[in-house]
Amino acid sequence: MSALHINEIQKYFGALLVLDGVSLDIAQSEVVAVIGRSGSGKSTMLRCINGLEKIQAGSIEVAGHRIGPQGGDLRSLRKEVGMVFQSYNLFPHLTVLENVTLAPKVVKGVGREEAEAIAHDVLRRVGLAEKSGAYSDELSGGQQQRVAIARSLAMQPKVMLFDEVTSALDPELTGEVLKTMEELADAGMTMVLVTHEMGFARQVADRTVFMHKGKVWEQGPSEELFSYPQTPELRNFIAPNLK
Amino acid sequence: MAYQMNFAPVMALAPQLFEGAFNTLILSGQSIVAGIAIGVVGAVGRTEGPRWLDRAIGAYVELFRNTPLLVQLFLIFFGLPYIGLRLSANAAAIIAVALNLGAYSTEILRAGLQAIPRTQIEAGLALGMSRLQVVRYVVIVPALRIIYPALTGQLTLTLLGSSIASAISATELTAAGARIESTTFRSLETFLCVAVIYIAMTFTFRFIYWLIGLLLFRRKAPPKPSLIADISEISRVGV
Repeated sequence: MSALHINEIQKYFGALLVLDGVSLDIAQSEVVAVIGRSGSGKSTMLRCINGLEKIQAGSIEVAGHRIGPQGGDLRSLRKEVGMVFQSYNLFPHLTVLENVTLAPKVVKGVGREEAEAIAHDVLRRVGLAEKSGAYSDELSGGQQQRVAIARSLAMQPKVMLFDEVTSALDPELTGEVLKTMEELADAGMTMVLVTHEMGFARQVADRTVFMHKGKVWEQGPSEELFSYPQTPELRNFIAPNLK
Repeated sequence: MAYQMNFAPVMALAPQLFEGAFNTLILSGQSIVAGIAIGVVGAVGRTEGPRWLDRAIGAYVELFRNTPLLVQLFLIFFGLPYIGLRLSANAAAIIAVALNLGAYSTEILRAGLQAIPRTQIEAGLALGMSRLQVVRYVVIVPALRIIYPALTGQLTLTLLGSSIASAISATELTAAGARIESTTFRSLETFLCVAVIYIAMTFTFRFIYWLIGLLLFRRKAPPKPSLIADISEISRVGV
């Protein structure tokens, strides 16, 4: 049974067709990297999965919830589908601990003590147990992104979406975030990651999907896809990355 | 011959001034609580509600921001009895001042809500929060922080604006001053005293706003989401 099933979705921004009949099946505990040029629709596809963008045709089934052009029960869906953003988006007026406990408390109705126990656990997993009293502007970009991952994990999601989560980071800080993600993958989390980190995609993702012009242009097991690209578009795209 | 100041007749009636000042506090305090409540509902309604609600609140805001407070007060005080609502002068004044503040604070609070980056709202939604939960837990405090000086400035104007209630013989400070002036004929002395009391009140209120600000905004730096991301993006391109 697939954890995520995307069926022929179409997405328009005004008159512009940005997703042109995208289909994708992702199995339980599978890690899928989505690569492609800017404007290929990869981030938009990710944002459709948790309903941050509406689709105009097709359907998405994720963690037992369904979204169609009419929408769906987005709040129940989002409880089980975590998302981490390029710009971290921590809440600046809350401490790290408050950032992580907020959603379990107000969305799931978890009590304060239990929420804090969960928070300490997920903060330990991302290696930031000692930062629970800090505010986001006291943390480095890499630390903020790891807190954002912990915040998402605290909801105990079944699927995690990562939207170019290392793109805003200095090169020396991407390593710590990628390591956290690799540990998550090893722990069996189902993950979809839009990324520019080709090396990471190749090494950690079970499968890589190359998007081009709003379509799934080519996909396959990561090692195979990077070693033997079939289409000229993918060859052109990965050539400069594999010096 | 130079004018000789004589405060003695005014001082003899000081209790009336203090009673007036007390009434001003009550009147503006009630107006502020009601006006801010209207403003919160108005701002959230305009940003989160359906279009018809936005339009309706917009019409209310335009009506009250484009007519003088004094005229609003007259319309409420003399108009409401025609629909069977007979109000005391003070009650009419509270309603007029609250509706006026409500219109201004709707727009001030709305500016704050709109200043919060979309990405913050999306982060809240992605965690499964409802839109109202996002407003309540994610947006309100940073938004309030941005517009706090503008809002407290408006509240000071409300305290001072309550003086127009004297025009319908409400029993607030300016009205008390007018009454004392008409019996003592010491106009300058009377209104100097009135001015000093207003200053004392506004400074006290501003001190209270400052204390509330300390409690609400424990963080020193104003929120600058995505700025850090932008800078590292630039430095990366630079490399």
